[in-house]
Amino acid sequence: MSAIHCRDLCKTFHQGEEEITGLDHVSLDIEAGSFVALVGPSGSGKTTLLNAMGGLDRPDSGEIVLGDTRIDTLDQGELADLRLNRIGFVFQSYNLVPVLSARENVEFVMQLQGVGAQERAARAEAVLAEIGLEGLSGRRPAELSGGQQQRVAVARAIASEPQLILADEPTANLDSHSATQLMELFVHLNREHKVTFVMATHDTRVMRYARRVVSLQDGRIESDQRTPEAVE
Amino acid sequence: MNITGLLAWRNLWRHSRRTWLTVGAMVFCNTLLVFLIAIQLGSYRMMIDNTLSAFTGHLQVQHLGYLEEQKMRQTVPEAAALASRLAEEPHVEATAARAVTFALASSEQRSFGIQLTGVQPALETQVSSYPGLVSRGRYLQQGDDAAIVLGSILARNLKVAPGDEVTLLGSGYDGSVAAGVATVVGIIDSGLAEVDRGVAQAPLAWFQQVFALGDRAHSVVLRLDDVNRAPMLVPQIQASLPVGESLVALDWDQLQPGLREAIRSDMVSAWFMYGVLIVLVALSVLNTQLMSVLERTREFGVMLALGLRPQRLGRLVLLETIFLGLIGLLLGVALGALVVLYFDAYGFSYPGMAEAAARFNLPPRIYPQVSLLSLFLGPLTVFLGALLAAVYPALRLLRLQPVAAMRAV
Ligand SMILES: Nc1ncnc2c1ncn2[C@@H]1O[C@H](COP(=O)(O)OP(=O)(O)OP(=O)(O)O)[C@@H](O)[C@H]1O
Ligand SMILES: [Mg+2]
Repeated sequence: MSAIHCRDLCKTFHQGEEEITGLDHVSLDIEAGSFVALVGPSGSGKTTLLNAMGGLDRPDSGEIVLGDTRIDTLDQGELADLRLNRIGFVFQSYNLVPVLSARENVEFVMQLQGVGAQERAARAEAVLAEIGLEGLSGRRPAELSGGQQQRVAVARAIASEPQLILADEPTANLDSHSATQLMELFVHLNREHKVTFVMATHDTRVMRYARRVVSLQDGRIESDQRTPEAVE
Repeated sequence: MNITGLLAWRNLWRHSRRTWLTVGAMVFCNTLLVFLIAIQLGSYRMMIDNTLSAFTGHLQVQHLGYLEEQKMRQTVPEAAALASRLAEEPHVEATAARAVTFALASSEQRSFGIQLTGVQPALETQVSSYPGLVSRGRYLQQGDDAAIVLGSILARNLKVAPGDEVTLLGSGYDGSVAAGVATVVGIIDSGLAEVDRGVAQAPLAWFQQVFALGDRAHSVVLRLDDVNRAPMLVPQIQASLPVGESLVALDWDQLQPGLREAIRSDMVSAWFMYGVLIVLVALSVLNTQLMSVLERTREFGVMLALGLRPQRLGRLVLLETIFLGLIGLLLGVALGALVVLYFDAYGFSYPGMAEAAARFNLPPRIYPQVSLLSLFLGPLTVFLGALLAAVYPALRLLRLQPVAAMRAV
């Protein structure tokens, strides 16, 4: 069974009179446990596709199945629950709640899920330790570097033990060193936790970590390549 | 600790200057309201106390219908005995019996129609402030017989002074012609024209004899330990009255219906002013919360994307406003209480007030009413106003879509 199944997704944005194509008949299957990069020039539809797969925005037509759940027909509340319980998100920036410490940011999502206070604290500490931030759990986002902030966002995403992590340009604001660190963390989590990763990027530094690269152009899939490693 | 609570509290201090400005407006308004309301309630109490202690008393026992018709024959039998019996009732501090009739008063030079009151001199001083207002001569005493005290204007109109005689002509209880001659012993000068023109008091015993009343009178006046107890005491007093005599116990509100009316209309105009203050504070809260919601759109978008329900964002904003309002409430009440306690100890007056008060026989200072009501009524209303003001920013969040919010600048 595939983790994500998209068929014939279309999405058009309206800006005044103008019609902008977001997605143009996109069909894509992503296997569970895979590590996929969505690439393409700016405006090619990477974010739009990611948002559709994550239940953040609904396509105009087409079908999206996540695991065994068809999500394009869910209402807002059901989508919110789906995102909360089954998907982890890492965005380009402003990922974290500025007034909460790293640990509180991680705990916040668990609290929404109804995890008890003790378990929350224990899991948050464990996850922060796993991603190498154990000493920084009391710091606020403003007191962390960009790379550290992104890693806290990853910690938050995996703390809720999702099946799928969607990352939109997670390295765009990072220096090469931090970007490499983050990608190695992704690879680690992908291997150890069997989490499916889909990442939108136009950062060539990070594309090579992916085992499958889907290239978009004007809302259409232009190419879909698996790196040899993936076949191994 | 609950992370939503933590979040709300910390969000409040993200822009601490803005928060303090809003809190400052609230505290200022609350302090002012506590002071104004306490003074207002205090002055109502004073107004009631003064008006009632002048003559009316807190409660009266009368014959049924006397209040409306004031007929000579609507009497309270064995009035003096009833008065001393009622004085024993709990919460009753003093009582006095009175008889009233209309009579023609003549001096050597002039005649006027007056309302003559027969009073028990020693007891009357305990239920009425008129006896304390004698400016010339003296008030009636125990043992006085054909004596009379007159208001200053009435005395001037009759051209009499202490020592002069006044002839009184009226009709008795039995319908016969009643006449008596009394010596003026004192002049009452209250400063209120209405009183000084109308007061004429003679000893009850003499009055009963001249007007053939026997032991009857027209009312028994009661002063209580607390004016607020009057309505509650009515049934108790009513129950202790002799049966079969058609007597009724009336509280001050029934005796002087205009008083409460005056207070009510004053209250309405005062609350109009308070309302303006409260709306201003609510608008400042609205402004603060709207700004704080708008500038956090991206952040809210991320939270929504993570799976937070929009309702929770709304609740977060309301919670922030509750914290904001509580700080304003507590500081405002504390500061207001200090101000009110100060004036409770030293009294409040403004320039010229003492002179004006003296003219109307009022105390020169107002003492605020210190009570939970006077301390919390204004600030709680402000608190509710602030919450109400936060409803709009909170409701806006319910329509927020995660993708649109994250795209916002
Ligand atoms: N809410 C929107 N309203 C109008 N147009 C939109 C909206 N969202 C996306 N678009 C348009 O749809 C197209 C695809 O946008 P999308 O954000 O998916 O591109 P992208 O590949 O993520 O680009 P980037 O690399 O710059 O992030 C673009 O032309 C964009 O301007
Ligand atoms: Mg994008």
